[in-house]
Amino acid sequence: MAHTARTLYEKIWDAHVVERRDDGTCLIYIDRHLVHEVTSPQAFEALRAAGRPVRRPDLTLAVPDHNLPTTPRRDAAGNRLPIADPESAQQLAMLERNAPAFGIRYIDATAPEQGIVHVVGPEQGFSLPGATIVCGDSHTACHGGLGALAFGIGTSEVEHVLATQTLLLSPSKTMEVRVEGDLPLGVSPKDLILHIIGRIGTAGGTGHVIEYRGRVFEEMSIEGRLTVCNMSIEAGARAGLIAPDAKTFAYLADRPYAPKGADWDAAVAWWTSLATDPGARFDKSVVIQAAEVQPSVTWGTSPEDVVPIGGVVPAPESFADPSKQDAARKSLEYMGLAPGQRLDAVEIQNVFIGSCTNSRIEDLRAAAAVLKGRTKAANVKWAIVVPGSGLVKAQAEAEGLDKVFIDAGLEWREPGCSACLGMNPDKVPAGERCASTSNRNFVGRQGPGARTHLVSPAMAAAAAVTGKLTDVRELV
Amino acid sequence: MEPVRTIDGKAYPFGRKNVDTDVIIPAQWLKTISREGLGVGCFEALRQDPDNLFDDPAYKGAPILIAGDNFGCGSSREHAAWALLDMGIKAVIAPSYSDIFSGNAFKNGILAVVLPQEAVDRLLEVAKTDPIHIDLESQTVTTPFQDRFTFEIDPFRKHCLLNGLDEVGLTLARDAAIASYEDQARESLPFLAKGIAHAA
Repeated sequence: MAHTARTLYEKIWDAHVVERRDDGTCLIYIDRHLVHEVTSPQAFEALRAAGRPVRRPDLTLAVPDHNLPTTPRRDAAGNRLPIADPESAQQLAMLERNAPAFGIRYIDATAPEQGIVHVVGPEQGFSLPGATIVCGDSHTACHGGLGALAFGIGTSEVEHVLATQTLLLSPSKTMEVRVEGDLPLGVSPKDLILHIIGRIGTAGGTGHVIEYRGRVFEEMSIEGRLTVCNMSIEAGARAGLIAPDAKTFAYLADRPYAPKGADWDAAVAWWTSLATDPGARFDKSVVIQAAEVQPSVTWGTSPEDVVPIGGVVPAPESFADPSKQDAARKSLEYMGLAPGQRLDAVEIQNVFIGSCTNSRIEDLRAAAAVLKGRTKAANVKWAIVVPGSGLVKAQAEAEGLDKVFIDAGLEWREPGCSACLGMNPDKVPAGERCASTSNRNFVGRQGPGARTHLVSPAMAAAAAVTGKLTDVRELV
Repeated sequence: MEPVRTIDGKAYPFGRKNVDTDVIIPAQWLKTISREGLGVGCFEALRQDPDNLFDDPAYKGAPILIAGDNFGCGSSREHAAWALLDMGIKAVIAPSYSDIFSGNAFKNGILAVVLPQEAVDRLLEVAKTDPIHIDLESQTVTTPFQDRFTFEIDPFRKHCLLNGLDEVGLTLARDAAIASYEDQARESLPFLAKGIAHAA
């Protein structure tokens, strides 16, 4: 049906159908599989038990990220330092053993390319437009910023992909999030995606793949697009997409695993053909006015609990849905906030700049621009900057950003997932608040009892300076 | 995998909406390299409350969990399904699930029943005192009070659950089709098909 106008999602889907069943489910070929230490041990164990090999180790890349401490990994003499937590050490050791045993390329914890899977994939040119990309991690949606159909899977599916390089899937519904106009000055891609999630809710995209459309995304950097698509899962959508364009191609050209020569030319020609056709229909459409987006912050324990920084904590009774009212009451109790309280008066004790959402070079530049020549407030006890990869770290150091952070009183760390979910030693103490550039403000996410306020990198930097949630536009 | 036909017994009348997988099993439990033993960490934060539902002797060992909309949202961790299973839960009833949780439940033989909110509300009421019966073959949920709710389920998933089929084994049997796709992709999408073996 070549004459039918198709969306970007439908074009990628159609190019990957191995078999279509009568009920509409399809066996879909997977082009790229990222593997980390947390969601893979049981999958490798199952393969071993069944005597099954990995079908396409050359389409698979393994890198540790979740458990790694962000403190130095080698001592002064260059020897590898042991991981103190025995369970973390065991999980990391399993990946280090499993990857080579199954013929999979492994990026070592001390390699300069190591980092968060969702930073490493694009950075290495492993993640490509038009590709189907999976990883046992829900933030795989991130890679949609390159125009890839990328989504998180569970461990049984990790096993399925390792063994068969396919997944049995039902087609998703399509959803367009169209942003009209331009973002106001001082408003970042993170503010935009928080605003979108606040509008459509955490289940707004369930069953759908979102395509973000509009001039805002065309003008947005690749780093910004990755940030936006990353949080699609927080809106319930398994994947988010932004059409690949000249910016995408420029970002990927010459990356280590990106196609070269004639393959590159063929790739660009195909990638260019993937954009949604004029007249293609979406199952659902949401329109957002960019001018209405402001620096955003979360007040509750769901990523949909978003208000502009100048706003106040809402009253639970202001929600129409009685169960949302109940959830809001519980959230406010957990967060130690009261209805009507101004967000920009809320004091914070911790700052986390990092995570697969906001740890790329542009994020660090945005934070450093605010922190340059300033120091963190006395009430901020713990403030860490965790670059998304060793390459981001090296780039930031080449630009002198590490000096800016250190001079401002922040700690400059080694790459990893860190305090986004606190599987490593980086945790926020119970009852304390954290201005965090991560993606989830769930109960206990950053540590038992920790209170998370999701913000952009510039806003996190502003909070570090003033010691409270702050409109960064007041500091620039 | 064990075949799933009927699930019978007490049900936790939980009912909460938007329960994320961090609530079902917090991150500190994800360091395991096994699928077993996660039941003790299941709903850990909620179980800090001495009056919590999950430690109430009235529901001890219940095989069914009744939840609210968007159950299992957030992280893709299959540990959530393993934790529920380890706690003895064989079926969840809710108005909707996150896409990833729904898949993870299925792969572990947990029946994720979708029923409208009114039916879920009624079952939440019944579960406080009486057992609930789920029959996968007839796709029905019944109570001792003549309630009878039918639910939809993907026919392939139903087939796999009823027969305890291993999905990896089923797909491996389609090897010829996969190989044929790969041959064709080497021609039409060489830049994707080549992988990273060639790169330094």
